[in-house]
Amino acid sequence: MADSILVVVEQREGKLNRVSWETVAAGQAIAVDTGWTLEAAVVGRGVAGFAGEIAAKKASKVYAVESPKLEPYTPEAFSAALKQFIESKQPKLVLMPHTYQVRDFVPKLATAMGRTAISDCIGYKKDGSNLLFTRQMFQGKLTADVSFACDAPWFVTFQNGAFRGDKAEAGASAAPVETVNVNIADGVIRNKPQDVFKEAKQAVDLTQAEIIVSVGRGIKEQKNIELAKQLAEALGGELAASRPICDSGWLPMDRQIGSSGQTVAPKLYLALGISGAIQHIVGMKGARTIIAINKDSEAPIFEIADFAVVGNLFDIVPPLIEEVKKAKAGS
Amino acid sequence: MKILVCMKQVPQKDAPLKLNESGTWIREDVSYEVNEPDAYALEEALRQKEKHGGEVVVITSGPARSQQVLREALAKGADRAIHLEDNAFVGLDALNTARAFAAAVKEEQFDLIFTGLQSDDYGYAQTGVVLAELLGWPHATIIMHIEKNDAGIRVKRELEAGFFQFVDMPLPAVLTIQSGINKLRYATLIGIKQAKNKPLRKVAMADVQSALSTNLQKIERLYVPQKTKQTQFLEGPAAEIAKKLVDKLRNEVRVL
Repeated sequence: MADSILVVVEQREGKLNRVSWETVAAGQAIAVDTGWTLEAAVVGRGVAGFAGEIAAKKASKVYAVESPKLEPYTPEAFSAALKQFIESKQPKLVLMPHTYQVRDFVPKLATAMGRTAISDCIGYKKDGSNLLFTRQMFQGKLTADVSFACDAPWFVTFQNGAFRGDKAEAGASAAPVETVNVNIADGVIRNKPQDVFKEAKQAVDLTQAEIIVSVGRGIKEQKNIELAKQLAEALGGELAASRPICDSGWLPMDRQIGSSGQTVAPKLYLALGISGAIQHIVGMKGARTIIAINKDSEAPIFEIADFAVVGNLFDIVPPLIEEVKKAKAGS
Repeated sequence: MKILVCMKQVPQKDAPLKLNESGTWIREDVSYEVNEPDAYALEEALRQKEKHGGEVVVITSGPARSQQVLREALAKGADRAIHLEDNAFVGLDALNTARAFAAAVKEEQFDLIFTGLQSDDYGYAQTGVVLAELLGWPHATIIMHIEKNDAGIRVKRELEAGFFQFVDMPLPAVLTIQSGINKLRYATLIGIKQAKNKPLRKVAMADVQSALSTNLQKIERLYVPQKTKQTQFLEGPAAEIAKKLVDKLRNEVRVL
């Protein structure tokens, strides 16, 4: 059997997760570099329609891996289904998006198969015949090239935004679609998931904001939030925060930016005392301009900032508020 | 309930990191602290014990320095600690770390095992789930609430973009805990004193070696990330920086 790459796309609650197109694009790029064939699979109940959608992209085959027990999602059923499917197809490389759902079952699946997953990768390199996967470590301060030291199948998950979904190439003709029914034994599923819900109607929709002033740990105390609020007001923007600030209850959860909060792409993102952990960066790296003020010159936020100030935000923000007010008054 | 909390010592958030000579890991001479989500996992275990009784045991792996994490946990109220003490534990992948933990506690019977949802150093977000699979237990990830009931537990999972989900599951189970699930407590002076007399069991690499294999994945190279963006650094006294920023906001970003 020729070596192959299997991309497992994500559907949840009857919707194809858009990040799946990024993983398809990643698979297509690796296929070109390795000469391996590219196949894709979608796992669930009644997912042939999604398989058809994926089949429009350049791939040699698309599988709908089906069982009534795959709905609703449980890590047990997804792991069991993919284990059966992967053992029968024996792909060399299995790619998935690094979503909360994938994080929930991939370590289980890889362990059940006696393998490992290199998770949350941002790219890959081909080093001779060796494939290296690039991932961020130490909260983005350092980057690592990681290789597999075991037999295939190799499991890799890619971070949201690591590849361009719109670069997923369409095929000359639709790829063939095959339905594979998997058998999930009674007793495998022990978790009983209830319906997915949203906590409360989100009061603030940060995704629509053109200007966001966001605070992180560097703000130090709850009372200092006021300073950031004044700057946001002067600029006519919204106030937001990184996760630790909301965890501490200093700002409500609906002002949180990042993987567990909102994903934003404003004209201006002004980060005050935010170090730039990966979980935060994925929520704001699409901003058109990023200004970062942080006292730690090695803070990862500076890697993606357009304008950077290494310094104490408590020194810089007060005169900045005054200058902004002056500029506004003069215009 | 008898709860095991897996904890890890990681470099402090602001600590400047230096690469070792082979460029495969960082130099050890940095300040360390407890991995943040693990602190929340410990707090949750202590709260569950306060509600339902039982025992909280903390476990970590790493060189002598990592014992600090266990001492702090004991001071906050954990009953006893297990330290897999060897520098070589630092380099283990998630599978082997989970194997080492499983081997170290194989004589014990826990109702729950907690881990933080991911570590601030590797950030693989895998050890807890791998451990569940090795033990044959159910698991749930990114947990924001835990309630015991007659059949087991009901947990609240955090999903992306502000969504949540309740999951009912039997015990024993492994849960990976999200930061912010609770409010952290501080150790009291009495707690710190009492911690000195609490049991701490040491486990050597040799004791668990037979459960381990060579790593299945390998860090070939660790390096400072290449910049993808041109960053302009603004310098000078604060007042001057404020002026420069406003100039950028007006003429380049065009939001003023």
